[in-house]
Amino acid sequence: MTDSLQRTPLHALNLEFGAKMVPFAGYEMPLQYPAGLMAEHLHTRSKAGLFDVSHMGQIRIAARSGDVRDAALALESLIPADYAGLAKGRQRYGFLTNDAAGILDDLMVANMGDDLFVVVNASCKEQDAALIEAALSDRCVVTRQFDRALMALQGPQAQDAIAPLCPAAADMRFMDVIETELAGVPVTLSRSGYTGEDGYEIGCAAADAETVARALLAQPQVLPIGLGARDSLRLEAGLCLYGNDIDTTTTPIEASLAWAIQKARREGGSREGGYPGAEIVLRQAREGVSRKRVGLMAEGRAPVRAGAKLFADAEGQKEIGLVTSGAFGPTVQAPVAMGYVATDYADKDTALFAELRGKFVPVHVRAMPFVAPGFKR
Amino acid sequence: MTTYYTKSHEWVRLDGEEATVGITAHASEELGELVFVEAKDEGTDVAAGDAAAVVESVKAASDIYAPVTGVLSGFNTKLSDEPTLVGNDPEGEGWIFKMKVSNPDDVISLLTAEQYKSL
Repeated sequence: MTDSLQRTPLHALNLEFGAKMVPFAGYEMPLQYPAGLMAEHLHTRSKAGLFDVSHMGQIRIAARSGDVRDAALALESLIPADYAGLAKGRQRYGFLTNDAAGILDDLMVANMGDDLFVVVNASCKEQDAALIEAALSDRCVVTRQFDRALMALQGPQAQDAIAPLCPAAADMRFMDVIETELAGVPVTLSRSGYTGEDGYEIGCAAADAETVARALLAQPQVLPIGLGARDSLRLEAGLCLYGNDIDTTTTPIEASLAWAIQKARREGGSREGGYPGAEIVLRQAREGVSRKRVGLMAEGRAPVRAGAKLFADAEGQKEIGLVTSGAFGPTVQAPVAMGYVATDYADKDTALFAELRGKFVPVHVRAMPFVAPGFKR
Repeated sequence: MTTYYTKSHEWVRLDGEEATVGITAHASEELGELVFVEAKDEGTDVAAGDAAAVVESVKAASDIYAPVTGVLSGFNTKLSDEPTLVGNDPEGEGWIFKMKVSNPDDVISLLTAEQYKSL
């Protein structure tokens, strides 16, 4: 692998556990461990899996006034979510938009009481930090913490695995965030993730990363899980992958992410609009859009993958959409996908056809997630 | 019967004019557990190096190439319901397709087991 790739603080441990490493977003990342993608996926859905996601970007935003609400209000100038209304110790999904209402990145924001804790995608982190700094620096101190480690512990037994090392974890609900200690190490702990399962994300200093990872991997429920299974898990959970399912060419309304724009930021809300592209988003929310992101399931076993064209007819005459993510769902035991279709074809159970090696395979629009969520509400 | 190999990780075994083709244990290990296998229709003409079948793991689809020129003459239909057979026994029960080869001598230009192992 080329020298220009960065390594996470868990690089040596990943190698020790037999990871097959691949380049991803400028990092050398574990694609899979010896168990293999299928087994790792199923293990995460039945027990608990530990993911090294240290390539993702952690950013702290503190208001110069000292009031975290001012930082939240400032961030709302870039993101259509309600962060001023986000309670202390709670986390909320959001996305940065551009003037054309395209999505620049999707992210998680937590109110830590004194400041905001933001987690962004690896491939976008430099650009996101630069954007946030440029827009917020007069009102906020923006701190990049790109050297920190981030791990995700996901699965129905995640609480059983983490509680002996961090008793406070058991009392958290979905989307809670606390500063605590795990195996004697200070961590930023959220009860959230990217698999559709219950679980946690754990941020810590690079120097402490191995201590945390080894303590968790020593628990009987936990296996290390690579990016391959992370992708199939998030797809079954109906979660977008930035760069595939959402990007600067898709708006939040087209992407079926209106749920992430809370009431206060919608038309008639107390802080309506006020972010890049707001006029377009508000108009699309009011008048509708010509295409929508939907879930898709293909008949048979052949996976329909990203890039497959979607048609209204079995002869491939009327093209009405495109698959943006697709794989064989190990838990669903069937091909699952998501993509954009013309709004007339976006209703649940609509029969469509996907082009696959010159043939037209029947697919149906299906509700997402494809698996029942395991969140602890 | 001698088994020959390709650089693209197929194996081929010739019985008269009929060849049986599959993927090597090494290729199977690299691909991981398969979820779908499909060959082109019987009667399809293929030149050496043409895609004749596809194997899919959760994450990716990979073409399987005809090692020599000929006509496809059969598919291992067991794989339709049990694609994992390829991983369990890649060079036996997990064969993928059969073909009538145009010139049986063509296999001689392929790799021997020794040559494939040393790749």
